[in-house]
Amino acid sequence: MQVSNKLTPFFENLNFERDDNTMVINFGPQHPSAHGQLRLVLELEGEQVMKAYPDIGYLHRGIEKMAENMTYNEFLPTTDRLDYIASTSNNYAYALAVEKLLGIEAPRRAQVIRTALLELNRVISHLFFVATHALDVGAMSVFLYAFREREFAMDLMEDYCGARLTHSAVRIGGVPLDLPAGWLENLAAFCDKVDFEVEHTYEALLTENRIWKMRLEDVGVISAEDALSWGCTGVMLRGSGVKWDIRKEEPYELYPELDFDIPTSDRCDSYGRYRLYMEEMRQSTRILRQLIPMYKETEPQLMAHAPQYISAPKEEIMTQNYALMQHFVLVTQGMRPPKGEVYVPTESPKGELGFYIKSEGEPYAYRLKCRAPSFFHTGLLQELLVGTYIADVVTIIGTTNIVFGEVDR
Amino acid sequence: MRKYVPKDNVQGKSYYTDRFWVAPRVPRTQVEDAHFAAVVKAVGADAKESYVEIGQLVLNINPEDNFKVMQTLKEECGYTQCSEQSAVDYLAKDNEFELFWQLLNVTEAKRVRVVCRLANGAAIESIEPLYKSANFAEREMFDMFGIKVNNHPFLKRILMPDDWEGHPLLKTYPLEGDEFASWYEVDKIFGKEYRDIIGPENRDPAKIDVEDTKRFSRVGYEVPFGAEYNGEEEQEIEYSETLLVNYNKKSSKTLDERR
Repeated sequence: MQVSNKLTPFFENLNFERDDNTMVINFGPQHPSAHGQLRLVLELEGEQVMKAYPDIGYLHRGIEKMAENMTYNEFLPTTDRLDYIASTSNNYAYALAVEKLLGIEAPRRAQVIRTALLELNRVISHLFFVATHALDVGAMSVFLYAFREREFAMDLMEDYCGARLTHSAVRIGGVPLDLPAGWLENLAAFCDKVDFEVEHTYEALLTENRIWKMRLEDVGVISAEDALSWGCTGVMLRGSGVKWDIRKEEPYELYPELDFDIPTSDRCDSYGRYRLYMEEMRQSTRILRQLIPMYKETEPQLMAHAPQYISAPKEEIMTQNYALMQHFVLVTQGMRPPKGEVYVPTESPKGELGFYIKSEGEPYAYRLKCRAPSFFHTGLLQELLVGTYIADVVTIIGTTNIVFGEVDR
Repeated sequence: MRKYVPKDNVQGKSYYTDRFWVAPRVPRTQVEDAHFAAVVKAVGADAKESYVEIGQLVLNINPEDNFKVMQTLKEECGYTQCSEQSAVDYLAKDNEFELFWQLLNVTEAKRVRVVCRLANGAAIESIEPLYKSANFAEREMFDMFGIKVNNHPFLKRILMPDDWEGHPLLKTYPLEGDEFASWYEVDKIFGKEYRDIIGPENRDPAKIDVEDTKRFSRVGYEVPFGAEYNGEEEQEIEYSETLLVNYNKKSSKTLDERR
């Protein structure tokens, strides 16, 4: 820590008292390209980074501590605040972990809705990535176009659950609501729109763009071995040529029934990862299109039937005494899962989002650990940035696609 | 009589539990899967206990064997990624921590959880030479629980400030923070000599002080900013003209669908 007094004044961003030729600068936490509250201490020699030290914790809210002081259902809206770009994927990862612990499965219609929401959130998150990454690198117009399409997706989320950012659209054991009238038609229109825009706007603007290629090609190169060792998942791992997607390898929800491809790139650099994000958006719309006819074949049940853990539907609570009693106990005391521990990984837009839950049979989790992909991608920066030039630092932070809600938790 | 509150675990607790309630346990099954059987064989006698819980192999080891076991798993069984590692606080019950490492094999799509019990105050060997992801994960474990890690390249607090006292995820640490936490920002921003004037920080976000006229406005009982609270006479509410917007249907247009 810097201790400032009259003899050694405090310079917020610079440290001059060094014997060698290097300069230490603070990148962030207010830097617009720091994607939130990343403070990166860089030791520079000229323009080259000699040492990088990511300092995190500026958004630490103690979410794991809060989980130990909340019942399982109470905690669900808090998971929105992890990766706030794609909240439903956090809600879902948490709900799935608790469901695995309870040994229950959501009904078919809830599964269709959940899978649709997950893929919609993936598109939202990837659009956000393209927008901010292009903005960081200097292609400002892409930002405006990508946010236009993201607005359509957020409207769809708003139509479904009423919220645009903190959705809480998934419950333990199912979903709270059925799809509103006309939602699937809007979704189909949105898929067409995204496919069109990906091909004719973003890729047309960026993929063969000379400046974009110069800024991204061979920047942030990470080998497959390093990527695995540093705990990289998601696009960061697939961008290094490892074909690993939890939706395919350890399938959950409706993914085993759906037809989609896992794009990989062996370029290992930022440009390869950018291409993967584009391709994944196409795959997501492909999944969404397959889900539309699936919805019509399902029964209207939305929540799993497990009276010990999950309240009955509202009409039963209002008409049947026993359902009301159980609902009262579940609301006032909370559900009590069996003793045991579970770790459930899911493929969130950023990578492997997993929840480790240790239950002691109480209504409060004894320990909840959120395995956030961005946390490990931030750790990687201390090796990835060394030897690069300061102009590439912003590109590399952008390409890791970190969100500080889940880094600091 | 005042209700008894245990000091060694101050986390949320159920207000009522049936006296005859016995929590069931998630079933633990024998290792049957061929790949998991090979893993158990490779680890050998280092695994005190091995079972499958919800589809994942759990290996219970001694804390001093952690590096050796992890090396075997990485080099012989293909567990090339350490997804997560952390600890669970069992200090109140056993004066021990339970540490876990969540390992992933990407070619076989299998996961193994290595578990060990570490006595309070003991240190664990770093697995950073094997898995670089442990660099941040071990720092977080140290920050949250105060568990020391031997041979870690840079063991330092990661989420909490460097000069913080206490380890927040311990069961003895209250949710709102302890005595130190309530003075931390007062000391930082104003200095220790202002403690009497400012008072401890309110760390309970749900706390409402009805006498506070600086942060709350009571509709009908309004007083000027910072003035003394007079809840006696009800006052007339005055709305500014400019805030009342007259929405007439003619000037606005409702779209049937998004353009």
